[in-house]
Amino acid sequence: MFNEQNEAVTDESSEAMERKIVRVSKVTKTFKLGKVDVRALKGVDLDIIAGRYVSIMGPSGSGKSTLFNMIGGLDKPTSGKVFIDEVDIAQLDAYELAWLRCRKIGYIFQTFNLIQVMTALENVTLPMIFGGMGNETAVEKGMELLDLVGLGDRYQHKPFELSGGQQQRVAVARALANDPAIILADEPTGNLDLITGEEIIALLKNLSWERKVTVISATHDIKMLNVSDQVIWIRDGQIEKIEERRDLTISVGSVGEKW
Amino acid sequence: MIQNISNIVVEKSSDPVERQVVLPFKQSLAISFKQIRVRFFRSLITTLSLVLAISFLSFVRVSNDVANGLLATGDPDFRRQLIRAGYDLGPEDVRTETNPKQRWIVILSILVCVVGIVNAQLMAVTERFREIGTMKCLGALDRFILRLFLLEAGMQGVVGAVAGAIMGGLFSLVNSAIQFGTPSLTHVLLGDLIFSIAFATGVGFLLSLAGVFYPAIVASRMQPVEAMRAEH
Repeated sequence: MFNEQNEAVTDESSEAMERKIVRVSKVTKTFKLGKVDVRALKGVDLDIIAGRYVSIMGPSGSGKSTLFNMIGGLDKPTSGKVFIDEVDIAQLDAYELAWLRCRKIGYIFQTFNLIQVMTALENVTLPMIFGGMGNETAVEKGMELLDLVGLGDRYQHKPFELSGGQQQRVAVARALANDPAIILADEPTGNLDLITGEEIIALLKNLSWERKVTVISATHDIKMLNVSDQVIWIRDGQIEKIEERRDLTISVGSVGEKW
Repeated sequence: MIQNISNIVVEKSSDPVERQVVLPFKQSLAISFKQIRVRFFRSLITTLSLVLAISFLSFVRVSNDVANGLLATGDPDFRRQLIRAGYDLGPEDVRTETNPKQRWIVILSILVCVVGIVNAQLMAVTERFREIGTMKCLGALDRFILRLFLLEAGMQGVVGAVAGAIMGGLFSLVNSAIQFGTPSLTHVLLGDLIFSIAFATGVGFLLSLAGVFYPAIVASRMQPVEAMRAEH
């Protein structure tokens, strides 16, 4: 499974590019709120191609977060199937789900969610340790990843000693720790100012471009649209429309120009 | 930057990581220790209730040991002093046990202490909801979280129980020395004394673990999706 991923990095053949990393098939989700059933998703079909930068847009209450959590293996559908890398997540037990989260998916949160008691480096190495990597190898790779996000000299700092943008960079490094196939970013710029937000978007875009990682983000941020290969609009529990990069009519901003 | 990326990719393919999710014991210990250190004041207060309950238990038991030591000398003078001090001694008794009233007070104080620990640990769990959710997102299993909380409570338990047992024991010895004179201390059987203090320490350690058990289970069953919730 990892070998495929490696090939995708080195070999840019169109075949590798067209691999469906996430497949959502006829998914519905019903929540029980008291005695009322709330249908958050009403039959969603969606394919996400590996290596793309995908944004999920939609107003709050549209089912955006529900779909997003489903793709991330954080929630199971009421009916229908979700495949991550051709594995049906409903079939996985707790151990396999944990493994999937550890090795296949990197999470980036709106509120950064670094472990407060650990240094930047320890935060980055934690998923590698969960993944069974030896301490020395993990530290070495953790330093490389922190260098990659431009925080190599701050590895000893605790989260509260870092700015919001720096914390999110550490979070990006942490998400990359186990070379995931997918990075899930939930409003990654929601708690950042304009310029820092643009830097994080550029970083994510860069990573998806150079490492062929699929980036899936739920967002309200228009800046994010400029770099997206695909934008999925959700409304009222259904997909309203899917726009490809070339169809996007939004004026290209400073971030978009780089790509 | 590109150099870096290719390095990492090469390293990945040569890295023989198996399909596993682990958290080595040493790492768990380090994380738990950091948690205590960062929340030192809170941990201290949680531990303090344990210290007080255990020192009371230790006090009662050690006082009893002193009384037994005095009785064992067979000196009628000591016996009179003990009766005056409130010990319930029949004319034939050569040993004394803690009386029911004392036992009830000790049990009550221990109950209050456990409730206090459960309360404090539940708060600690609530406070760390997002952190636990994040760890789950990074691939932590239920048992990692359970182990972290048990280790933390275990460390607090050892420190609190040892401190409480020694404190209560010392206080009891000082108290006896004042009440019956310093010679009373020479009659205490060392074995009894050590047993009492060890007993109190053990009880304290178990109480700390018992108190954290329910909160730790609540924490370990938490869903990783909690980490996504921004409002906190």
